[in-house]
Amino acid sequence: MEKINIKINGREYKVSSELTILEACQEIGIDIPTLCYLKDLKSEAACSICLVEVKGAKALMRSCVTPVNKGMEVYTNTERVRIARRVNLELLLDGHPKDCLVCDRSDTCELRKISFDLGIREARFPKVSKVELPLDTTSVSIVRDPNKCILCGRCVSVCSSVQSVKAIDFTGRGKNSKITTFFDEGLSNSVCVNCGQCVMVCPTGAITEQNETEGVWKALSCPDKFVITEVAPAVRAAIGEEFGLTAGTLVTSKLVEALRKVGFAKVFDTQFSADLTIMEEGYELISRIKNKGVLPMITSCSPGWIKFAEHFFPGILAHISTCKSPQQMFGAVAKTYYAKKYNIDPRKIVVVSIMPCTAKKFEAKRPEMKSAFNYWKNELKLENKDEFPDVDYVLTTREAARMIREAGINFASLKGEDFDEPLGISTGAAVIFGATGGVMEAALRTAYEVLTGKELEKLDFVSLRGLQGIKTAEIDIEGLKLKVAIASSLSNARKLLEEVESCKSPYAFIEIMTCPGGCLGGGGQPFSLNEETKQKRMEAIYQEDKNKALRKSHQNPAVKALYKDFLKEPLGEKSHYLLHTHYAKRKETPYGTEKA
Amino acid sequence: MEQKKLNPELVKLVEEWKGKEGNLIMILHEIQNHHGYVPRELSLELSKMLEVPLARIYEVITFYNFFKLSPPGKHLIKLCMGTACYLRGAGIILDEIKNILGVKEGESTKDNLFHLDVVRCLGCCGLAPVLMIDEKVYSKVKKAEVADILSKYIKEE
Repeated sequence: MEKINIKINGREYKVSSELTILEACQEIGIDIPTLCYLKDLKSEAACSICLVEVKGAKALMRSCVTPVNKGMEVYTNTERVRIARRVNLELLLDGHPKDCLVCDRSDTCELRKISFDLGIREARFPKVSKVELPLDTTSVSIVRDPNKCILCGRCVSVCSSVQSVKAIDFTGRGKNSKITTFFDEGLSNSVCVNCGQCVMVCPTGAITEQNETEGVWKALSCPDKFVITEVAPAVRAAIGEEFGLTAGTLVTSKLVEALRKVGFAKVFDTQFSADLTIMEEGYELISRIKNKGVLPMITSCSPGWIKFAEHFFPGILAHISTCKSPQQMFGAVAKTYYAKKYNIDPRKIVVVSIMPCTAKKFEAKRPEMKSAFNYWKNELKLENKDEFPDVDYVLTTREAARMIREAGINFASLKGEDFDEPLGISTGAAVIFGATGGVMEAALRTAYEVLTGKELEKLDFVSLRGLQGIKTAEIDIEGLKLKVAIASSLSNARKLLEEVESCKSPYAFIEIMTCPGGCLGGGGQPFSLNEETKQKRMEAIYQEDKNKALRKSHQNPAVKALYKDFLKEPLGEKSHYLLHTHYAKRKETPYGTEKA
Repeated sequence: MEQKKLNPELVKLVEEWKGKEGNLIMILHEIQNHHGYVPRELSLELSKMLEVPLARIYEVITFYNFFKLSPPGKHLIKLCMGTACYLRGAGIILDEIKNILGVKEGESTKDNLFHLDVVRCLGCCGLAPVLMIDEKVYSKVKKAEVADILSKYIKEE
């Protein structure tokens, strides 16, 4: 990479010739405000806030799309730049609602922050368009409010480049421009996979999660209900950020205490059912290998990926593990095994899961996710009107943090408590579900020991770790060479899937996570556009794995008890009934979410 | 409602242009020439055949004023909003038409009798404000006359 000399604000710097002015300034430590730029994505150069003055250029330049040049002289803080940035920002603000007090993004809004930083203290320009656009509330995961949209194009960019889903795009022109789905039919009637990456990158409150906190509060204050919660692995590595702790601070025990104080009767761990998933999925993999079943087998924990497959790769559904995700396994087990064991009426149990994910909201509402109801149907003489889902509410990490704040809990000062037993017991293998490559590693730890009957000495599969989009490795299980691949983000997944589709995939086992970096970068996590934050969350996850006394799923005593007392064996009849599911091709869209 | 499908001629055209740059707009043109608008069902078919996302097709259709999303009404109203007409009150005339027909510019009435388009300059500024219904020109239109003009077409039905 060639280094060149440029001058910024009168000082000499040496920077890589491949950078834009904006990136060069970021490297040097000069902040340039922007509302549309996203690292690694082609900039739409839509917001016009990142203007700088370049000596010799007539007009001000958008620093996000202007490459640096040898000898270039850039000024980021002149009168002309300040005035232009302000005016452009004021023009963006003219059509933007001023209801920041009651906005979902009030404390995380980039538009509000930049307006404050640039010293905008009055709304100078009157609103051009008086038309209130309707909200898109069709999706159970995501709400879009086009009135708050500033047309920066980040969501379109992420949806198309990172996820290769392309559910939304710009429509109309001029003052009638807006971002929407085909024929304005709404996200639920599109190929949207509910991943929430658009929520993550939106600089305003135009895209938010479907808020389920009200329902949870209601359930919590209902004396008749037994409200329990399950917490996903990636949540504990990130929720601290919501309370001012630095990224990567592990707050597992604080989180448990906080949730207990919020009012949950039991605080359980999705990691328990992650261990259970490994038992089922590990045995499924072994069975497919031994019985010459369909390979490569692909993981099924990430619900965005599942919907993606049902839309775009219906021909390879047989490759996807039939295992439900840990969230759904938890719900099914809680309302059957746990209910039985502790003699609680399953109809009274309310399962609230806390997830780093918006797609989990959709998953919980899939019509087939009612195994517990079907299980009890005869015994309790239930009719269809009594139907209840395995998981009742799904909160994102952010929603859970809001509830903790609303309950008046000083999170940072909590001493910390342990999860409840037995559905709160987990191993290190389950923790790493939160990072890309983790499910693969956890599965291999168990598969190795089951296949060889020997103890695995080196538990860390280092080649499977890291935030790269695609990772491949060859694992040697006592002579059995297992080629594996891992993808995070759906555009990366697509590359592996095209190989599978054309029967050219060299792999036996593929892990796919919808979001870049895996669940730790999920669409329901605390807002951050920072790659370093993900790195820190990942380190926290692997640290937690290391801290655990037990690090292999099949060692989990609570899972062992579950098999002994209830399920009998992995892939057994009861497992099949409660813990496995099926997939189906979706119509080409946009005919709604019903299956073809 | 009759289920719209691409006719063999259009299918041939799509096959021919598949994979070539700029094909989408050209094909949409042909579809509109044939049907008078771009039916939603045909967008679905096109999306599959060309492997272009639906949202992208919708983007293109809505970006260009030329493309219509619904069948155009029987009578096409072209109201001029060029400079001369605008200065002589075309805005008031437009509001009156919108009021009477209950449509916005670019839309057709529920009974599909009228389609309202706003155009820039019909080339007879001396007659401003001007509107055309199909091939007939109405000149120096006053707000009070609008209802009368429209009612002729309504009575015809």
